[in-house]
Amino acid sequence: MGDVDGSSLKRTPLYDRHVAAGARIIDFSGWEMPVQYEGILAEHRRVRTQAGLFDLGHMGQLDITGPDALPFLQYTTTNDVSKLGPGEASYGMLPNDHGGVVDDIFVYRKPEGQDGYFVVINAANVERDLARWAELKGRRPDLDVTITDLSDTLGMIAIQGPASEEIVQTLTDLDLANLPYFSLRDATIAGIPVRLGRTGYTGEDGFEIFPAIERTGALWDALMEAGKDAGLAPIGLGARDTLRLEARMPLYGQELGDDISPYEAGLGWAVKLDKGDFVGREFMAAVKAEGPGRKAVGFKTVGKSPAPRTHYDVQVDGQKVGEVTSGAFSPTLGENIGLALIDAAYAGVGKPLQIIVRGKPVEAVQVKVPFYKRSGK
Amino acid sequence: MSSPENRKYTKTHEWVLLDGDVATIGVTDHAQQELGDITYLELPEEGDALTAGETFGVIESVKAASDVYSPVDGEVVERNSDAVDAPDVINSSPYDGAWLVKVKLADPSQVDTLMDAAAYDEFAGDAH
Repeated sequence: MGDVDGSSLKRTPLYDRHVAAGARIIDFSGWEMPVQYEGILAEHRRVRTQAGLFDLGHMGQLDITGPDALPFLQYTTTNDVSKLGPGEASYGMLPNDHGGVVDDIFVYRKPEGQDGYFVVINAANVERDLARWAELKGRRPDLDVTITDLSDTLGMIAIQGPASEEIVQTLTDLDLANLPYFSLRDATIAGIPVRLGRTGYTGEDGFEIFPAIERTGALWDALMEAGKDAGLAPIGLGARDTLRLEARMPLYGQELGDDISPYEAGLGWAVKLDKGDFVGREFMAAVKAEGPGRKAVGFKTVGKSPAPRTHYDVQVDGQKVGEVTSGAFSPTLGENIGLALIDAAYAGVGKPLQIIVRGKPVEAVQVKVPFYKRSGK
Repeated sequence: MSSPENRKYTKTHEWVLLDGDVATIGVTDHAQQELGDITYLELPEEGDALTAGETFGVIESVKAASDVYSPVDGEVVERNSDAVDAPDVINSSPYDGAWLVKVKLADPSQVDTLMDAAAYDEFAGDAH
């Protein structure tokens, strides 16, 4: 990791493997990451029908430990962390001081027998999240808590898709059939000690696996080998984005931001106003009480049309009512889908929108989200 | 891969195949590889006037929308509506099935100023 060849871009331990596999590499949040290998459509379909392997070494991880780790997380995040049993996980947000969001996060309570919490954060936000938590720690000197940045010491690999369980099971003694979604265990996979989360960002079953950074390459190779007969192949960030969009999972910087309330973003379910005081609570409570002025809505374009893209204007009857936050051709549905943040007065399943593409309106209709939901587990 | 030698090429990765005073225009194999999976194609109508160096169409891939530039001045005499219906033909057959438009040229000698296959391959190789 760190600087390479005079450029300031960082690389994960898997970089050489991506290049050898023919990946196209892009700059993503300061990291040289694979955007695609065989092609976004094929990779997307592979994850929906078989399994795919993702290098997520750019993402951040930290441990929050100490006697007051729970009250600290209750104070600094939106979800109710007290509801988590050992080895259970929840999605939540790190709020700013006025009801917006610094980052969206995954909080795992450590497995049975261990204290504290393991938190996974977005690559682009590692520095600001750490600064924010340090600031909030300063506000609460009464809380005895230790924040340990693990971003440079842990690797992160996700395996996602219906064949994930069968592939990983060949490499571990842990009984995966009885490992619920949204849980965390310590495990040994291919002889490598890891933290194993049954979580993901694709809408499929799967795992997120955290080895020591120096064992990341060996873990990747073992998974690729174990999965080759089941169709496992590496997946780039391009398909990761279309997969998460179909599953209507938010991307920070698009669906979420410093000036977007979780209630506007449709993520009010991850805000627990009744859990006690937390940062930004009064602002979020006010938005909930008044009803959000803007709403995140899902839409499809009508007929054959160009794809909606982030920041395209959204109109109704020639008047701007909002912006597209994410949009793409959906490989699963074979049509264009998108999310838009619009004036709440125009929101409603079945209601029309016009997406302005290169100066011309494209007809769209609001639909229920998620656009895709897997059957079964 | 070498580009076909019977055509001329632009720095914006279009190819031109001249037959009398009608030029067939498409995008190169290099261009389709850079774009990735193509999902949408927008083309001008028959009778529309094209101007050299100006955009006449849009190709969208899963990730992005890209303009297509006209290498020549002229009038569209035919558009490939099969490619509009199934734009992934640009990925599978950039030099044959995925011609985009046929243009009647005011001045066919305009095509002489474009790059030949060897010059384009060198340019595209360097641009990569």
